[in-house]
Amino acid sequence: MAADFNWAVGGEAGDGIDSTGKIFAQALSRAGRHVFTSKDFASRIRGGYTAYKVRTSVDKVQSVVDRLDVLIALTPRTIEENLDELHEGSVIIYDGERTTMQDVEIPGEMTGIDVPLKRLAEEAGGAIMRNVVALGAACEVAEFPIENLDSALEKRFADKGQKLVDNNKEAARAGRSYVGEEYDHEFDYDLETTDEDYVLLNGDEAIGMGAIAAGCRFYAGYPITPATDVMTYLTGRIERYGGHVVQAEDELSAINMALGAARGGARSMTATSGPGIDLMTETFGLIATSETPLVICNVMRSGPSTGMPTKQEQGDLNQMLYGGHGEVPRFVLAPTTIDECFWKTVEAFNLAEKYQLPVYLTADLSMAVTEQTFSPDTFDMDAVEVDRGFVVDEADIDGHMSDSGGFQPHEITDDGVSPRAFPGTADGAHMSTGLEHDEQGRRTEDTEMRVAQVDKRNQKVETAREREDWSPREFGDADADTLVITWGSNEGALAEAVEMLDDEGLDVRVLSVPYVFPRPDLTDDVEAAENVVVVECNEQGQFADLVEHDVLARVDRVNKYNGVRFKADELAAEIKATLAEGAEA
Amino acid sequence: MSSDIRFTDFKSDKQPTWCPGCGDFGTMNGMMKALAETGNDPDNTFVVAGIGCSGKIGTYMHSYALHGVHGRALPVGTGVKMARPDIEVMVAGGDGDGYSIGAGHFVHAVRRNVDMTYVVMDNRIYGLTKGQASPTSREDFETSTTPDGPKQPPVNPHALALASGATFIAQSFSSDALRHQEIIQKAVEHDGFGFVNVYSPCVTFNDVDTYDYFRDSLVDLKETDHDPTDRGDAKDVILDSEKEHQGVIYQNEESVPYHEQHGVDEDMSVIPDGAPEGATDLVREFY
Ligand SMILES: Cc1ncc(C[n+]2csc(CCOP(=O)(O)OP(=O)(O)O)c2C)c(N)n1
Ligand code: SF4
Ligand SMILES: [Mg+2]
Repeated sequence: MAADFNWAVGGEAGDGIDSTGKIFAQALSRAGRHVFTSKDFASRIRGGYTAYKVRTSVDKVQSVVDRLDVLIALTPRTIEENLDELHEGSVIIYDGERTTMQDVEIPGEMTGIDVPLKRLAEEAGGAIMRNVVALGAACEVAEFPIENLDSALEKRFADKGQKLVDNNKEAARAGRSYVGEEYDHEFDYDLETTDEDYVLLNGDEAIGMGAIAAGCRFYAGYPITPATDVMTYLTGRIERYGGHVVQAEDELSAINMALGAARGGARSMTATSGPGIDLMTETFGLIATSETPLVICNVMRSGPSTGMPTKQEQGDLNQMLYGGHGEVPRFVLAPTTIDECFWKTVEAFNLAEKYQLPVYLTADLSMAVTEQTFSPDTFDMDAVEVDRGFVVDEADIDGHMSDSGGFQPHEITDDGVSPRAFPGTADGAHMSTGLEHDEQGRRTEDTEMRVAQVDKRNQKVETAREREDWSPREFGDADADTLVITWGSNEGALAEAVEMLDDEGLDVRVLSVPYVFPRPDLTDDVEAAENVVVVECNEQGQFADLVEHDVLARVDRVNKYNGVRFKADELAAEIKATLAEGAEA
Repeated sequence: MSSDIRFTDFKSDKQPTWCPGCGDFGTMNGMMKALAETGNDPDNTFVVAGIGCSGKIGTYMHSYALHGVHGRALPVGTGVKMARPDIEVMVAGGDGDGYSIGAGHFVHAVRRNVDMTYVVMDNRIYGLTKGQASPTSREDFETSTTPDGPKQPPVNPHALALASGATFIAQSFSSDALRHQEIIQKAVEHDGFGFVNVYSPCVTFNDVDTYDYFRDSLVDLKETDHDPTDRGDAKDVILDSEKEHQGVIYQNEESVPYHEQHGVDEDMSVIPDGAPEGATDLVREFY
């Protein structure tokens, strides 16, 4: 594997950290390099610090590591926050003329590159471009051809006019020349470029794109980190495909609007995070009993309550499985990678319509705000299939009428799936309700009909279990004694951890599970392994509990709930430690 | 759709279980007649009902319908109409459903001005839960949960609507059948959010806001020099605490409904069986 390079820009909120980082990530992606980005928020001391980190290689990268090679530090605190990741060969770029940076000390053997960012930016046309000067300096340090940065600047500022693009290019060159002239130094870095073509996107964007691809036409939501990006992505885009986005007054409204649109026959969705899921849970039973297809995206963040809103956690699993009074059939899908966020969204819409029930699509903060490069054909639109399930029109509605001539949207069938008629379909008028109902949707408390309807709704789940493919994703050594199971976004870090363990002579088999309910039966896999470890970002081991419940055996657990995603090297060490403990016991 | 629709086509085969004499019978009849009269038929109509005695209307009427969660009828109606601009949407529920648990949605539905009709069957009581104070109950109205009366002023829904930028505000009385139907019909025909508060007496739990009370105290705005297109006039009527009124209180004739403001005019139920044309552009944007 080619050496990877880790870069970051950090400062205070308001320093333009995100957009600076994004420009550099885009430049790398356009240079044919793989990129994996992450965002760092205050972890020590007080709030205010934020950083955008980029890991890049000519090979695929799919996690973050504890290492930083080049850091653009706009504040002294940026250095403090990253001391553990910086090493002897690290280079720190800073502006010694900035008041707060005048007395900054560059630790140990690291190289400090003092560049008058603001002054050079002013000479190029405005102080606002000081971060771009720093990017130019970084290009020099990392021997990265500046034309790639030009290309990213063009993309970023194209709609603001050529003048601004040119000024930015000049600012970048000023940074580059300054370092070249003032620092007669050979750095250890040399970022090659390739001819590969990549796209760069985060999990929320992948979900939004998946929704449009799947024919979603209606989205209602209420802003909440880290799900807001789904809504902002769709806004202005879904309209080009005949859809619409509404910002509702709260999540109670958002999910009911989405439900209304779905009753109208649209593919419809909403997205939110923990506190919003609590409110939306009110409507879950109604979606299920009215047999309405709906996709509810939960981009998890740290809870409970407001918790740590900008931090990682996979703590809502039980809420998604069991939330709501009564017994509510539902599916829970949990894409394990950013590209899978796209495909699982498409699948979620198909499953929702084929089985006419609510489908949770869950991602989490680390996946939502993380960007990763992919080959564009990863998202092959020709491969998108739309299956609307059992929909009847005027021509075939006749076969689904009651003796008294009423359409039967809750007809008792062998597979549990009943016909759906969209408003406007002649003779299809019917009632949908949260009350228990008969086949026509009319309220009933008839004991037999009650049982028949409950069984029918559950039959859909059984049918889906049989008809659909709920397999986990598998990698590592298929014959290894050690089986590691995970769900959701830990897959990337785990894949790299497995390589590290392999280098150390430890074979591991990994099952990464994208389906929480229905989920694959892992009994044979667990029984065949000597050691089983379940990895997840929560304290209680909610998925581990499910595995134990399914398999009737104990598993070891690796849990993390400090708000930070797993890193590959850390995960490798944790797995080793868990196995060692097991061996001692 | 056929033009020979009669209002009875909007009746379902379920017999209403409302108490004999309940105002909701008259309210529903007027709604069905207004729908038939405006050229709608059950297959192109969507009724969203709240939860309450009033909410049972979804069961007694025949149309596409959803009887949902207490207080959330307006968001559902909003979603239906956005997805299906071709469908006539009517939302109906009680005073508790609309002005208590659903009050937040009311304000925003009014602001959004989606082209649908909202009928609140206002009996100034919680009927279904057997007689507790509602947001429109009088300050001194004694109920099982307010033995000395709520001691809070009732919500003024018309004022709430006006303050939220309503384009159509009306009041009707379920037992004045012709006027009630006529007013609902105006709301249906209105280009935007047609809001009608209907006095729909509860004969079982409210012995104050009775048929006699409304019959005696209602002033019909049609018989006054009230100008419904004048916001100032509307404000005066709405803030007049001495009298009860019926009629169209306010109508903005320049109302531009949501779907026109936002260009939402497609039937969203129709989609291709693969990704929409041009979807690959979305991938290229990430280059
Ligand atoms: C979330 C929730 N809380 C409480 C109830 C119980 N409940 C049903 S109807 C109702 C109030 C009904 O009053 P109103 O809306 O005025 O309708 P009416 O029965 O008077 O027509 C209440 C509190 C419920 N169904 N759901
Ligand atoms: S309790 Fe009141 S509102 Fe309910 S049906 Fe009887 S009369 Fe009507
Ligand atoms: Mg009431």
